[in-house]
Amino acid sequence: MSAIDPIARSAFKPPVRASSALGTLAQNARYVFAENKLTLVAVVILVLLVVLAILGPWLAPYDPLATDGTARLAPPTLKHWFGTDALGRDMMSRVVVATRLDLGMAVSAVALSFTVGLALGASGGYFGGWLERGLGRVMDTIMAFPLFVLAMGIVAALGNNVLNIVIATMIINLPFYYRFARGEVNIRRDMGYVEAARMGGNSPMRALMHHIVPNILPPMMVQASLNMGWAILNAAGLSYIGLGVRAPTPEWGIMVSEGASNIISGEWWTFMFPGAALVLAVFSFNLLGDGLRDLLDPRRRT
Amino acid sequence: MSFVWKRFLGTVPTLFGIVVITFMLSHALPGDPAAYFAGPAANAESIAQIRTSLGLDKSLPAQFFKYVGDLAHGDLGTSLTTGQPVLVDLATRLPASIELTLCALLFAVGIAMPMGLLAATRPDSALDHFCRGTITVSSAFPTFFVGLLLVFVFYFSLDWSPQPVGRLNEMLYSPPVRVTGSYVVDSVIAGDFNVFRASLAQLILPSISLGLFALAPIARITRASMLAALEADFTRTARAGGLSGRTILMTYAFRNALLPIANILGMVFSFLLGSNVLIEQVFGWQGVGAYAVSAVLASDYAAVQGFVLMMALLYTLLNLTVDVASTLIDPRVRFEG
Repeated sequence: MSAIDPIARSAFKPPVRASSALGTLAQNARYVFAENKLTLVAVVILVLLVVLAILGPWLAPYDPLATDGTARLAPPTLKHWFGTDALGRDMMSRVVVATRLDLGMAVSAVALSFTVGLALGASGGYFGGWLERGLGRVMDTIMAFPLFVLAMGIVAALGNNVLNIVIATMIINLPFYYRFARGEVNIRRDMGYVEAARMGGNSPMRALMHHIVPNILPPMMVQASLNMGWAILNAAGLSYIGLGVRAPTPEWGIMVSEGASNIISGEWWTFMFPGAALVLAVFSFNLLGDGLRDLLDPRRRT
Repeated sequence: MSFVWKRFLGTVPTLFGIVVITFMLSHALPGDPAAYFAGPAANAESIAQIRTSLGLDKSLPAQFFKYVGDLAHGDLGTSLTTGQPVLVDLATRLPASIELTLCALLFAVGIAMPMGLLAATRPDSALDHFCRGTITVSSAFPTFFVGLLLVFVFYFSLDWSPQPVGRLNEMLYSPPVRVTGSYVVDSVIAGDFNVFRASLAQLILPSISLGLFALAPIARITRASMLAALEADFTRTARAGGLSGRTILMTYAFRNALLPIANILGMVFSFLLGSNVLIEQVFGWQGVGAYAVSAVLASDYAAVQGFVLMMALLYTLLNLTVDVASTLIDPRVRFEG
């Protein structure tokens, strides 16, 4: 049987019905998860993180802000799984409660750059002309800065608070979404099905919104999930150097920075657990992004 | 050579954009820039005085021309915290940051390129999977956390590396006479090998932590472009012609794979210059990044703007160098550009 020509063999496969798109997606998902167990692990970790982000304050064993003078810098025990910090606050509660703020900052920054980048990129790519040139120039100028430095400058100029961290992270990510959306729209602008939509009496705006944008959403989503890890690192980096989040607030970046001073004396748990939480979150978003990319575009597998 | 000139001229709009953005950051935002520049300890009178002296009572275009004029004279304003001109402050601290960034780049390139090369020659082998695993894991670690981990392991637990107190433990050694501003180079010039060894030892951990994140993109692109080059027709022809494996790998495949590697360096520089800030903070490194962080926290506005502007100019210069170097690697770029 091995002598059968592979082309001839593939001809015997049942044709994929257009109506079963969801079924195909589920099939692909099962294939990707079976092929790459790490993606499944990433999904499980992310679901856990989201649960912590939503229910964190109720799941945390202690009040994350309550200080305890009798248990300062206590190492991890059954009572305090992650130990306590220099003020006697329970590290585990702080790490758990911080999930909401850290994920919240990253998710809102990515969602904002996604929406704004898609809107600008789609109009630039579709209408072209001075709009495209002008927007392209603005994005090039943003990219002319080392991005973390620009984020620092923006937070310093707008004011030192959490909202401005989100805005700064949004601005430095914008060029990637803009370029991606513009490129994808550019390719599709003159394709047959878009021409047909326009011939059928759809206005240019309607052709763009109903016939092009839905087609570029899936690859944009992959970009977004690959970008999430970086957004988390960026926001945590800004708060590590003391921008945005103020001292008693539990947040992973600022907790690592608070714990840094205890390293020389060996109290490793004060910086290790919030740092590990950061790594875990970034790692699972990166894995998810890779998995999603495999799911949507098998050709780009590396 | 016309490509190089064109590329030089191409930076002019970029430079203009950079100046516009730094101007907007300092002058055109909601809030009172005069109050920012005056610092937290100012009263209404000194704010008004600063407003006039900075020309903030004039129209926006007039302010912009004054800003550009000041820049042309190298005037970035005066730092509130040090009382020195910002340009002098930055120039004193820049060599320390460059020293650190260069070492990190050397580390990243020195590890990532051979790793990518080896992985490409044996795709899907255990080595390939090991490389991919290292890359995936290392790109999930925040630089500042890696720095602290390394300090914990190599200073606190193993006691292999010196106390992370900056560029040199000044309780034990005195810095060499300033020639280039880099302690490692200056100590060699001064012929002081104790200081050379001490400053080099201080440099190792920060360079590794900074370079680790840059490993991933370089190794990934090396592997991908080497794979493409090894599968290309010209490699097959060379192999059929009976050339040795080494010549094929280094002369035929690697030379062709260098261009994508050079192109990814732009992104790597953006990351290195940005993360410098974090690493200098972790290791008490007295470079421009640590200066900028204390300036941001002290609302020392002129210093922050000067820092952002200088980093953008440095980044543009690095990108320009990479582009010009690409024309040496691959002559085709000259004609396409």
